[in-house]
Amino acid sequence: MTENIKIAIIGGGPAGLAAALGAYKQGVSENDILIIERDSCLGGILNQCIHAGFGLHRFGEELTGPEYAERFIKQVEDTKIGYVTDAMVLSMTKEKEITYISPSKGLVHLKAEAVILAMGCRERTRGALNIPGSRPAGIFSAGTAQRFVNIEGYLPGKEVVILGSGDIGLIMARRMTLEGAKVKAVCELMPYSSGLARNIAQCLDDFDIPLKLSHTVVDIHGKDRLTGVTIAKVGSDLKPIKGTEEMIECDTLLLSVGLIPENEASKGAEIEFDKITSGAVVDNFRQTSVNGIFACGNVLHVHDLVDFVSAESELAGRSAAKYVTDRIKSCNKSITKPTGGVRYIVPQRYIPETVDEKTEFFFRVGKNYRNVYLKVFCDGKEIMKKKLLRAAPGEMEHITFKGQALDAVRISKELEITIDEEV
Amino acid sequence: MIYDVLVIGAGVTGTLIARELTKYNLNVCFIDKGPDAANASSRANSGIVHAGFDAESGSLKAKLNVRGCAMMKDLARDLDVAYRNTPSLVICLSEDDRGTLEELYERGIKNGVPNLRIIEKDELRELEPNVSENAVAALYAPSAGIVSPYELAIAAGENAVQNGADYFFEFEVKSINEEKDFIAVSDGNRCVCAKYVVSACGIRSDEIAEMTEDKDFDIIPRKGEYMLFDKSCAGIVKNVLFPLPSKKGKGILVAPTADGNLLVGPNANIVEKDDTDTTTAGLDEIHKGALSLVPSLPPLKNVITSFAGLRATPSTGDFIIKQSNTISNLLHLAGIESPGLASSPAIAEYVVQKLSEMGLELTENKKFEPTRPKVTRIRELSDKEIQEKIKEDPSYGKIVCRCETITEGEIIDAIRRPMGARSVDAVKRRTRAGMGRCQGGFCMPRVTEILARELGLDLSDITKYGKESKLLFGKIK
Repeated sequence: MTENIKIAIIGGGPAGLAAALGAYKQGVSENDILIIERDSCLGGILNQCIHAGFGLHRFGEELTGPEYAERFIKQVEDTKIGYVTDAMVLSMTKEKEITYISPSKGLVHLKAEAVILAMGCRERTRGALNIPGSRPAGIFSAGTAQRFVNIEGYLPGKEVVILGSGDIGLIMARRMTLEGAKVKAVCELMPYSSGLARNIAQCLDDFDIPLKLSHTVVDIHGKDRLTGVTIAKVGSDLKPIKGTEEMIECDTLLLSVGLIPENEASKGAEIEFDKITSGAVVDNFRQTSVNGIFACGNVLHVHDLVDFVSAESELAGRSAAKYVTDRIKSCNKSITKPTGGVRYIVPQRYIPETVDEKTEFFFRVGKNYRNVYLKVFCDGKEIMKKKLLRAAPGEMEHITFKGQALDAVRISKELEITIDEEV
Repeated sequence: MIYDVLVIGAGVTGTLIARELTKYNLNVCFIDKGPDAANASSRANSGIVHAGFDAESGSLKAKLNVRGCAMMKDLARDLDVAYRNTPSLVICLSEDDRGTLEELYERGIKNGVPNLRIIEKDELRELEPNVSENAVAALYAPSAGIVSPYELAIAAGENAVQNGADYFFEFEVKSINEEKDFIAVSDGNRCVCAKYVVSACGIRSDEIAEMTEDKDFDIIPRKGEYMLFDKSCAGIVKNVLFPLPSKKGKGILVAPTADGNLLVGPNANIVEKDDTDTTTAGLDEIHKGALSLVPSLPPLKNVITSFAGLRATPSTGDFIIKQSNTISNLLHLAGIESPGLASSPAIAEYVVQKLSEMGLELTENKKFEPTRPKVTRIRELSDKEIQEKIKEDPSYGKIVCRCETITEGEIIDAIRRPMGARSVDAVKRRTRAGMGRCQGGFCMPRVTEILARELGLDLSDITKYGKESKLLFGKIK
């Protein structure tokens, strides 16, 4: 079966939903948009995030994940934007031909005028960390455990160690505790947590769960079910220090050791990727290096807050709408350049004359900073200097420009963002 | 009931022997202490169908390896198992070692390995552009291949069952007693009786010998650790790359797998029989070994899993396939280490011939069906075939494992087939669901649900791999 569509959106989670609404509000007919969702309902990972804390920025209130998703799903339903569920994209090309498969429609070849990548991310595994030991039952990614508890209603463990202090790990420490499990420790390889400060306070401190910074799991024990893990302190080289090993008896190890944008389907489209974010290289319209293919949400770069995913995805949706109606021509793009302690900047490209006061540049730093200067240079000339009281890898930063700084950006070829520790 | 033949052990040799026996009018049974076929060595090895130049000329290993390698392609086709005729290259990294390479070549010729030749640096680099700059020559064996070892063991077991064999899992042999007309094999609760018994117990074959007071060999468990890389890394080598063999074995290889991943390993360390843990030192060792052959090996963040398996190294140096000294109708198989997988089809033939010499009567089973019903794998079908399959059964349109493109239909089929899957790992080994880059992070809860639904069990009864490996502790409050 071959179908045609103006805008195809891969993924019906928070990014895909907001992108669809963004395109719709920009004037694309509901019949010309198709969301392709691999799960049996819209909403993505939000459906299993039953804790509160979503929507503070956007709606000024604390919603649960399903509640936050519902606000977007309702709009998609009300506007009758097209979507297909249980549909998995198998491949896509730079000509924007998408192949997907679903029980109801079979194998479908879809030719789109614009594509929005909104596939989200997946969790890093034990394998990628090369943790040695045995391979018993009881080792789950934090997200898998979250699904078992919140969707299936089953408890995956009673005595738990969590490796990695990413937000899902922190949330699951609290969730498992509330269900009667004993969370014995959260180990974090780095000397700082990659999770949000509020999650450390609300999920660990409030429950007296120890956060062991600069610690990792060095051995896994148990034949059938996990019986324990050996943890050890790590040095500044992140390698375990001999003699600091400590065995903790537990039946469950949860891994919250990072998220990876799920870009396998986009590889076929030959778009340019950013090695740091593992997402596409995009411009300030969230257009990738292939005209007409856009990316937003966690498939582009891993976000801390869904509120920012929604905003970014609406932008991608509006941009895709402009692309299919006005046929934006390709134009010269300038480059953003992260230096100093800045690990990456999204967008990586920008069309200088289109940058305005609302154009946000997002970035992350590589370690914890206190009382440093954030500096921005355009073509080598400093255009902005701003004091940062603190910055942490776990919290995404963003800046906008106005006045003279904006004028400089609008004619620049390169925009550099850096952290200056010399106060 | 008294079986004609009981095979103890459902590794790849055990299930292939059981299948071979169903070619004759015999009542056949196979048992295993684990919850499925391919529990031990057959689930964690290199998956190489060796050409046959390694083994000492005139040894049983040499004879059965060359014959088994030649049989593998057709067998894999009949059993619908992933197999690729992937040549192997033994890489010589120094002119000083050329003598060893030539010895290996001579031995291969003597063993009857077809089309074997030594290739020089230029040709080698053309075949393998990523091989070490130090490589001066290589032994090229085009008859070698790669096969999925657990899939082969499972498929052979399934085909044996399809041809009438019975099986019992989680049956750990505690005693073997010779009665008047049969041999009684018991696990303490259950007893299986058979006129002939074949022990194909891999790492535990010496325990069976000891149980029957017939132990004149030792099995030395040698652990091999492996790292499996993401499919995106597979292009780095096209052939199976070995270093020159040493006393410790064939060395650390870099090879594609039959399913399209990149495999690195194994090392070889003598351990206890139940030690299949990976270690930091071991993983470092195989990483270094692999880098010496392929310096541009992808970074370790591309590793999707690491694992270890045991080889049953015999004290005699050769495969041991012999009639028991104490129980006349008992046949021991022991020391089936590498090239055991490559030899397994030939071992099965050889064992049946041995049994016949021991008095087992063989009349051809005219109804024997050598092929197992084809497994539908959506990832392998054409657009048209996919369309038809989904029309016939929509569950084949529902992707459960995203990384490997495995559908719900495929998982249900794996559960419903003869000798069907009963655990998450059993589903994984039959379908590849959970074998991709997310390592089951996404599909494992879904596979658990499908197993519970198909088997009529509660979710908390589903195990990772039988016995005490339950995944969940019951419902939340």
